[in-house]
Parts: sequence; C-alpha cells; structure tokens
Amino acid sequence: MKHLKFLIIGIIFGIILSKSEVVSWYRIYEMFKFQSFHMYGVIGSAVAIGIVLVQLFKRGIIKDFQGNKINVKPKKKGFIRTFVGGSIFGLGWALAGACPGPIFVLIGHGTVSILVVLLAAILGAFIFGLLHKKLPS
Amino acid sequence: MEFILQPWPWYVAGPAIALVLFLMFYYGRAFGVSTNLETFCTIGGAGKFSDYFKTDWKARKWSLIFVLGIIIGGIISSQFLMSSNAIALNPETVKELAALGFANAGSDYLPAEIFSVANLGSLKGILILLVAGLCIGFGTRYAGGCTSGHAITGLSNLQLPSLVAVIGFFAGGLLMVWFLFPLLF
Repeated sequence: MKHLKFLIIGIIFGIILSKSEVVSWYRIYEMFKFQSFHMYGVIGSAVAIGIVLVQLFKRGIIKDFQGNKINVKPKKKGFIRTFVGGSIFGLGWALAGACPGPIFVLIGHGTVSILVVLLAAILGAFIFGLLHKKLPS
Repeated sequence: MEFILQPWPWYVAGPAIALVLFLMFYYGRAFGVSTNLETFCTIGGAGKFSDYFKTDWKARKWSLIFVLGIIIGGIISSQFLMSSNAIALNPETVKELAALGFANAGSDYLPAEIFSVANLGSLKGILILLVAGLCIGFGTRYAGGCTSGHAITGLSNLQLPSLVAVIGFFAGGLLMVWFLFPLLF
C-alpha cells in the first residue's frame, strides 16, 4: 500500500494522544481552568521543538525523503476568520473535551457517544462550506 | 514495558508529537486533522450543494489513511497499553467538578455525565454532543485549522494567523468552562 507510512504515523499519533491523556475530557477542563501544567507542557514542548524543526526545514538542513526542500505552507490570513472561527472551535473543544485528533482516538477507545460529536462536526464543516462566501474573513 | 503502561508525562508526549510533525513533513505532507471533516463532506456528495466541496478527495487519501491510523492507535492503546483508566487530577479539580455534578471525576478518561450511552436518550445529553460537534466542525474550518494545524504546525511556523486562532481557541474554551458550564451543569 502506497500510503502505509501515513497509517503508521497515524497509529503513533493515536497512541501518543491516548497515553498522554490528551484525549481525556478532564485534561481539557483542567487546562481551561489553569489547574494543571500537563496540556501546556504537551503543546508547549511540541511547539518549542517544532519551531526548531521548521527553521531547519527552511534553511534546507533537513530535506524530505526525496531530498527536496520542505515547504511549510503559510496559513490563510484574516483576523475575523481566525479569531471568531477559533473561538467557536474553542467552545466545542471545551464542551466535548476533544479536538479533531482525539475524536478519532476515542472512536478507537470504543466510545459510542463520540460518534455523535464526529457526525455533528462533519455537519458543522458542511454548514461552513455552504456559508463560506457570506462569512467575513 | 512498565513505563509504556503508565500515563505518559508531557515531556514525553510533546516531543513525540513534534516527531509526528517531523514525519509528516519529511514525507511531503502537512500535519493537520480537521481538513478531513471537509473531505468526508466531499465523499458524501456535498459538492452538489456547494462548489466549496468540489475537490478531488482522492488527492487526500493519505490524510484519510492517517486518520484511520489514529483510530487504530486508539484501539491499540486502550486494548493493550493501559494498566488503568484513571486520570490523576488536581484534587481541586475533582472537588470543583463534584460541585458541578460530575461524580468521581478522573476515575475514567471521560465523564459518564456527558459520554454514557444512556445520555444519548436524553434531549440535553444529545444536544450537548451535537452542539459541541457543530462548533468543532464549523469553527475549525472557519479558522482554517485545529490544534494540530494551528496550535502545533502554525505556531511552529511562527504564523500570526495561528497565534490569533489559538487565542480564539482559548477565548471560546474559557468562556465555556468558566461561564457556560455553571449554567449547563
């Protein structure tokens, strides 16, 4: 299979999110209540190393598996889009205690109710697609 | 083996997530999960309703397979790699949640008060899951990314839009937990 490597990377990612309890609703609650360092440590250390990695990509010190330069695509600009969209996502992240990655991990845990969250999230993406031309960016 | 069965501390998980980011870029792809929500819409025929979904989903097969891997990772972890499902919470958190109506906080990964199957039969129970999902799907697509795309990849790439998005994630999350939870629960 051509994409086997992405299956393996996904399995690694799923195990990390599960074993580090990032998929626990309680860990997200605790983060937004500033009652534990755990989530800040996870995201903060990933970003700290990520910053170094991206610099090494940009300087061509780390190349991709074919020896090409790695480009990290810039994110779309727009204050309203990112702030309002981000806030709406934040409401859902805190309520369900799961962002998109952990939703899939919890399916693997056998959590039936998370399927409702996933279906609603797909519906939410669909509604965005219908409205996207009318939304301010 | 004993170490693997224990909960992994942040200083293991964070660098491991950075390794995942590295592997994705090394193999020529971006690290992100929420775009797949749109891909599911495209596969389901959403292109009939909006040109937004008229994309070639086959070009994103690698990402769907990545997501399939995440599910398998969840199965492997829950079946073989967990000696206990308990979460070691701050006692303050446990007390606070008890006052909100969440009994035995931290005895499992998820609170039964939100995720029990019985809850699917109550209007409030199902509405909470639906509204949360709608916000996650709509919000991540409007913002152009979720925790992996904006908070990890975008911040690593020193992107201002990602910083604004992450501030938004917290604005929404803090509003929910500090002000809406006391009304909801």
